[in-house]
Amino acid sequence: MTITEKILAAHAGKDRVSAGELINAKLDVVLANDITAPIAIKEFRKIGAKDVFDRNKIAFIPDHFAPQKDIKAAEQCKMLREFSREYGLSLYFEVGRMGVEHALLPEQGIVLPGDLVIGADSHTCTYGALGAFSTGVGSTDVASAMATGECWFKVPESMKFIYYGKLNKWVSGKDLILHTIGDIGVDGALYMAMEIEGETIRSLPMSGRLTMCNMAIEAGGKNGIIVPDEITEEYVKGKAKRAYTFYTSDSDAAYADVREYDCSRIEPTVSCPHLPSNTKPASELSGISIDQVVIGSCTNGRIEDMREAASVIKGRKVSPNTRMIVIPATQEIYLQAMKEGLAEIFVNADAVFSTPTCGPCLGGHMGILAKGEKAIATTNRNFVGRMGDPGSEVYLSNPAVAAASAVKGRIALPDEV
Amino acid sequence: MILKGKVWKFGDNIDTDAIIPARYLNTSDPAELAGHVMEDADRDFPSKVKQGDMIIAMANFGCGSSREHAPIAIKAAGMQAVIAKSFARIFYRNAFNIGLPIFESDEAADNISEGDEIEVDADKGVIKNLTKNEEYTAKPIPPFMQELISAGGLIEWTKKRIKAP
Repeated sequence: MTITEKILAAHAGKDRVSAGELINAKLDVVLANDITAPIAIKEFRKIGAKDVFDRNKIAFIPDHFAPQKDIKAAEQCKMLREFSREYGLSLYFEVGRMGVEHALLPEQGIVLPGDLVIGADSHTCTYGALGAFSTGVGSTDVASAMATGECWFKVPESMKFIYYGKLNKWVSGKDLILHTIGDIGVDGALYMAMEIEGETIRSLPMSGRLTMCNMAIEAGGKNGIIVPDEITEEYVKGKAKRAYTFYTSDSDAAYADVREYDCSRIEPTVSCPHLPSNTKPASELSGISIDQVVIGSCTNGRIEDMREAASVIKGRKVSPNTRMIVIPATQEIYLQAMKEGLAEIFVNADAVFSTPTCGPCLGGHMGILAKGEKAIATTNRNFVGRMGDPGSEVYLSNPAVAAASAVKGRIALPDEV
Repeated sequence: MILKGKVWKFGDNIDTDAIIPARYLNTSDPAELAGHVMEDADRDFPSKVKQGDMIIAMANFGCGSSREHAPIAIKAAGMQAVIAKSFARIFYRNAFNIGLPIFESDEAADNISEGDEIEVDADKGVIKNLTKNEEYTAKPIPPFMQELISAGGLIEWTKKRIKAP
């Protein structure tokens, strides 16, 4: 069996499962945010359950339009707060404690290796980096799961992605996953588990692994997953407050497809409008002028991303024709960036340094684009209208390329600044 | 169940930001969401669409965000069904969970044109093009999905499970 099949089997109380099989499985964590939880709450009340299945396994995180951007958003956040109080949810994170959900849950040791996690947010697939099975679902799925502690799944087929070779300078997990999505397309892994492995992955830090699994959904994948190892152990020890399990894939596990990538041939990569699969080497895009740079999100808002961007922009200034918005994904990252002097580097470079929020990634607030404006962002989607006006454009990149582009006012490589 | 109506046609990879842009997600009110349905794919769509219409799209319809607001907006705008070559998986789940009929058919997606009148036999998975006098078949709906449909969606299905000893 694959690691995905083993985790699903263990949570369905079965010895083995195989691709295509329909199962009901027990959940370790159920997640929703300020956009998706309101519908889940309304639907949960229709079920008429006496209580939630476990008040310590439901995470409500207001992060998309929080800090509350307008009255309607405030009403939605209020629903989360009131429901959390009513049912005594221990994993409700108020503004001031919250962070971008997929950065916060691994950081706080709430999701762990071997877990089965669903979230009413498509980027729930992020936690596969820890060796968990986690996938995005809808609000009604979360409503049903809050009542029963279970969810139905079709066991996915797995595709294997093998990465080998040394990473080029300024190439990180973001470039590997953008390159992969460019190769297989936005539905190249539709309904599939994307199992990520290889010598390059074995030395890739957890931050890069989280970035890669985060974008599995951008290839249509059900989950991204990496077999846990010493890097995983190093990351979770000290964070975990309960037991966890490392699963591996058997050597005779079945894969629908196996693809290999020579990382020494992958350059810093950018996804051009309006699909994540529309990738080009950043070096071919130096003619693209940039109005706004966003560094943050569940994809690249971790401390390593802050450090990478700061290392490029230190002692330099954002181009007068450009604005730069830096958003650490959690309070802990925010504080760490202050301690390390990164916040000061950004502010001295004329960038803004914001409190955690998903904000501009989905065109919510804190940096919306006007018609005709172009942004380069470390986020995950560049669909039409994603960051603002339907006539605006978003390019996706790693934090170093985004920071270099802020200095130049056009898409640029870090070595150009 | 027989569904009959006029068709609006869309291309590949219609994402949930196109179906219902995030700027309107500070509400989950179905009627408000319906007022902006498909707006970023076709600015005039909310004013053009009529009760009983259907959507035909190519591959990977509903990719992107998990927002259930997308099938809710389509349903609340009065559309009876979506037919596509394929659906992104969270949209697929969401549609069955909330009771929006969806069908997968390559031949229907390839041959139906915008404005055609079609008739869908939801139980048999047969799609008739009344304008072109053609007939296409949809992929069979998996048994569990049929169970969800006959229960009346996931919430009703869950209610029954909770009551069962």
